Amino acid sequence: MRRYVGRKLIVYAFTFVLAVTINWLIPRFMPGDPVQSMISRAGLQTPEAAAAMREYYTSIFGFDVPVWRQYLNFWGALLSGDLGVSIWLFPQPVTDIILRAVPYTLALLIPAILLSWIAGNKFGALAARRRWLDNTLLPVSYILTSTPYMWLAILLAWSLGIIAGIFPVAGGYSFSLAPTWSWEFIGSLALHWFLPFVSLFLVFFGGWAIGMRNLIIYELEADYSHYLEALGAPRRLVRGYAFRNAMLPQLTGLALQLGVIVGGTVVTEIVFSYPGLGYLVLKAIENQDFFLLQGTFLFIVVGVLLANFVIDIVYVLVDPRTRAGMEGGSA
Amino acid sequence: MTDMIGTGPRSGQSREALRFALRNGKLVGGLTVVGLFLALAVAGPLVVGDDPNAYAGLPARPPSAEYWFGTTIFGQDVFAQFVHGLRSTFFVGFIAGALAAVIGMLVGFTAGYRGGIVDEILNLITNIFLVLPVLAVLLVIAAYLQVRNVELQAVIIGLFSWPWVARAIRAQTFSLRSRDFVDLARLSGASGRRIVFREIAPNMASYLFMVFIILFGGAVLFAATLDFIGLGPTEGVSLGLMLNNAVKWTALHLGLWWWFVPPGLGITAIVGALYVMNVGLDEVFNPRLRQM
Repeated sequence: MRRYVGRKLIVYAFTFVLAVTINWLIPRFMPGDPVQSMISRAGLQTPEAAAAMREYYTSIFGFDVPVWRQYLNFWGALLSGDLGVSIWLFPQPVTDIILRAVPYTLALLIPAILLSWIAGNKFGALAARRRWLDNTLLPVSYILTSTPYMWLAILLAWSLGIIAGIFPVAGGYSFSLAPTWSWEFIGSLALHWFLPFVSLFLVFFGGWAIGMRNLIIYELEADYSHYLEALGAPRRLVRGYAFRNAMLPQLTGLALQLGVIVGGTVVTEIVFSYPGLGYLVLKAIENQDFFLLQGTFLFIVVGVLLANFVIDIVYVLVDPRTRAGMEGGSA
Repeated sequence: MTDMIGTGPRSGQSREALRFALRNGKLVGGLTVVGLFLALAVAGPLVVGDDPNAYAGLPARPPSAEYWFGTTIFGQDVFAQFVHGLRSTFFVGFIAGALAAVIGMLVGFTAGYRGGIVDEILNLITNIFLVLPVLAVLLVIAAYLQVRNVELQAVIIGLFSWPWVARAIRAQTFSLRSRDFVDLARLSGASGRRIVFREIAPNMASYLFMVFIILFGGAVLFAATLDFIGLGPTEGVSLGLMLNNAVKWTALHLGLWWWFVPPGLGITAIVGALYVMNVGLDEVFNPRLRQM
């Protein structure tokens, strides 16, 4: 088990280094002068401000020292929590802006992932044994899983938000309220949270349901299922074993899907102007705020790595083979 | 595409597969939908003209006989944008899917066949790219590019979509590597490359083709996501860009549903049809599933 987790941790460490290196490399090796384009796009009126900004960015990028030194400085700033200063919300530090947005994204993502995974597994397993459910749930799931996240979000915002007028379609809470711990504010939060959540939940759900249904059918074809059936074991018992075996690939699937899930959350937040990381991505691109964009990128990478690690731990708890030191399914 | 299944001496098997393929509703249905959209993408732009962003008529008109999908707030013909967008969609899907499939195959075959230290290193690289959130990387790269076009987008997506393919092919190569026919080929002095491409790869031909279809669908969704965020092609038009513009110019609040429904529906239909096609192919190639 220690070896299994250790190997995973090495991969995550390399991934993190790679992500930071990408972050460092891209501005330096892309065509054009990023400092100049940042200054010109910041739309400053006075030449003094532009000169100050140029000086600031040149010192941030540290172009006057050798390349290896620049790289080390980059790491030094990063490890002390310095991701630069935002252009969009000048002069706020990027780290502060991101930390304000993270709770909104997590509040959307964690319930959507967990609930869709549980519900998708349950319904997928049910569909594998009931023909009518299979014939209805499967086509719906295929449609859901091929729907672009933003399109479902747009349709929901348009139908339930604008035409029916039930839900608000922009912001994390009502613009007329200030963030306080009152019931009115919490109600407003929940109301604004609902549509983006449903939108994500539905697309995720389709994928899990299809996966589980196929895995259960596969497991029921396996030798151990046939053997149990031949022994006269109750169907419930056989299904139970099949379900537990099918859970493992679904868990691996969750880890593999995390990148796509994050992408879906970004565009869903953009549709609903929901003040999470996805909204920051949009604002950063609109305002050519590269520090904010790169900071958000790093936060997303770290978040995905942490989630992967949590899934690894769960995998060890669920799969006795990894615990016993044997090679588990996803090792 | 069914001619990919069997090569040379196994043409009888391939004829049998073709018979099952033609009787498979999912495969035929999916292929029909993809084919229709492909035909629209090829023929449409010839009919509607070269410039999908040109001013075509009165702005914000609902669908009519003249403008099938209505017009945008700028008076652009939505149908013209749609058929041009379909072109980019198929282009990105095909190029990115093919590129990712090739890289995945090269890495997977090499790691699985060579084993040892080569496998260790390639496997480490694969695992690193596997946990790296692709979309986030694409965001950063695309944001720094001043000029973006569909070709570049396809290549970037392809370059980052291969890891799960490499992993799956590596695992399959592992299991095929120790079979008798591979040992025989090795005894007869065949080179590693020859063994991989003549002995191992043909046994996975159907799987490889299905992998390509999944990559195709995934690339289409990826491209749409990038376009929607505002990192799409700076010139030209795509389905994701149409969605982006519709939301940016408040089509939702103005009730211009004909602006944002067709592009999303197009993507969903194409990707959904590809996935259904894949299920059909699985049933054709896998005799155990055929009875169902």
